[in-house]
Amino acid sequence: MGIEFRHVEKTYPDGAQAVRDISFTVPSHTTTVLLGSSGCGKTTLLRMVNRMVDPTGGQLLIDGEDIAGAEPVRLRRSIGYVMQHSGLLPHRRVIDNVATGLRLNGAARGPARSQAEELLELVGLDPALGRRYPDQLSGGQQQRVGVARGLAGDPNILLMDEPFGAVDPLVRLELQQQMKRLQTELRKTVLLVTHDIEEALSLGDQIILLRPGGEIAQAGTAQELLSAPADDFVARFLGVAQGRRRLRTSAGQDGEWVVTDAEGRPLGVVEAPPGPVHPRADPSGSVPPEDGR
Amino acid sequence: MNHLLEAWELLIQADTWTGPTGMGARAWEHLLYTVLAVGVSALIALPAGLAVGHFGRGRNLAVLSTGAVRALPTLGVLTLVGLVVGVGLMAPMVALIILAVPSILAGTYSGAESVDPRVVDAARAQGMSRWQILFAVQIPLGLPLIIGGIRLAVLQVVGTAMLAAYVGAGGLGAPLFLGLRTYDYPLLLAASLVVIALAVLLDIAFGTVQRTARRLMRGPA
Repeated sequence: MGIEFRHVEKTYPDGAQAVRDISFTVPSHTTTVLLGSSGCGKTTLLRMVNRMVDPTGGQLLIDGEDIAGAEPVRLRRSIGYVMQHSGLLPHRRVIDNVATGLRLNGAARGPARSQAEELLELVGLDPALGRRYPDQLSGGQQQRVGVARGLAGDPNILLMDEPFGAVDPLVRLELQQQMKRLQTELRKTVLLVTHDIEEALSLGDQIILLRPGGEIAQAGTAQELLSAPADDFVARFLGVAQGRRRLRTSAGQDGEWVVTDAEGRPLGVVEAPPGPVHPRADPSGSVPPEDGR
Repeated sequence: MNHLLEAWELLIQADTWTGPTGMGARAWEHLLYTVLAVGVSALIALPAGLAVGHFGRGRNLAVLSTGAVRALPTLGVLTLVGLVVGVGLMAPMVALIILAVPSILAGTYSGAESVDPRVVDAARAQGMSRWQILFAVQIPLGLPLIIGGIRLAVLQVVGTAMLAAYVGAGGLGAPLFLGLRTYDYPLLLAASLVVIALAVLLDIAFGTVQRTARRLMRGPA
């Protein structure tokens, strides 16, 4: 169940191959992150799910059904889509933007609006903002509206294309945390595209790391990727190779554990120090060097 | 200067305006010709322009053909068509429509194209059909430019519609050509002044509509 990519390929008419032979599954009710730098085909893969892009090879199944037979417009109405730039209709009020999908699915104006108000509240916006136009909102607020619009109609699947990429770091963090809260509550099947490693690590139950040229470099949980990078590319991309994610602990003055990076710069304090059974907990304060690759 | 004063005196006399061939009737005719020519042009150019703007194809063809048509001298077209269909309204209408179509076409496809592609993409991703994208997104958001094209066409046509009288139809060209032939310069000037006034009024009206559309669609002021 969920979304299944089977040997999916995309070659554009000019011969450019965006995606080659990709297979993976997005399990229901979990978040899968497509991670990679620009040009690795991650957005192309995302847009295949609601047939904004059609693959030139392979199959894409939602809950076991090949979507090649689905009518694109109807398919899109059943899937939530949140994009990097909110993509809100500038000439419609916020409330009507959120209600767009509901109206497309046949809801009357009144019920659609009251549902849209609830959605605004759900994403942490004052429903009174619904009366405004998108250009009267801050970037972060617009992005929240984009999320509310994606959730309208309670779709099973939510596609998010760098949803927090265009807002400043503080707002991004806030939105990510809210996304986590929402996801524990709503348990959507989420496919999220990002080039932000932190975002992938913090939001993804599963991370699919793509390499340039549209191939999967490694798929797994955040822990699997960090602790056992499949190859050099993965290690470099995640920053394991440069030591950015190799952390050490050392005893502080009052006996607390301080986390430092490879150069010894402090990053934070450990609240619950690991017991002696943990293999990485070396009381002498350092992790055996593994950076010889 | 004398002629201008005499023209003014002519215009403030009540009986200049009355009667079936008075200035009032001519101005009304003139307005009707303008509305008819721009209306028919819009019927041709709006769908064509929207198709070009929506599908993003045929743009080069549209640019080239409108450029070529714009280069045609209206008086030449009028004479040519007049030779074929004879005197009356047909020949000036064809000439005026050929004059108006390029402006409306250009305004319409630039209007539809001017919409932020990300907004169109988002609308598509929400599950809007092609028609819904056209009517709920591209036309409303492109409206200021579309109206701008019509505004330009109206201005061109209202001035050029003088030529209708050249092949025996009415409009404000009738008193103008009469004045020209009989060396009645005050009459000629009076007819010109009325056309200028008509053009200014129409431009103000369309300008207001355009600004309103821009405000409603939250476009740049």
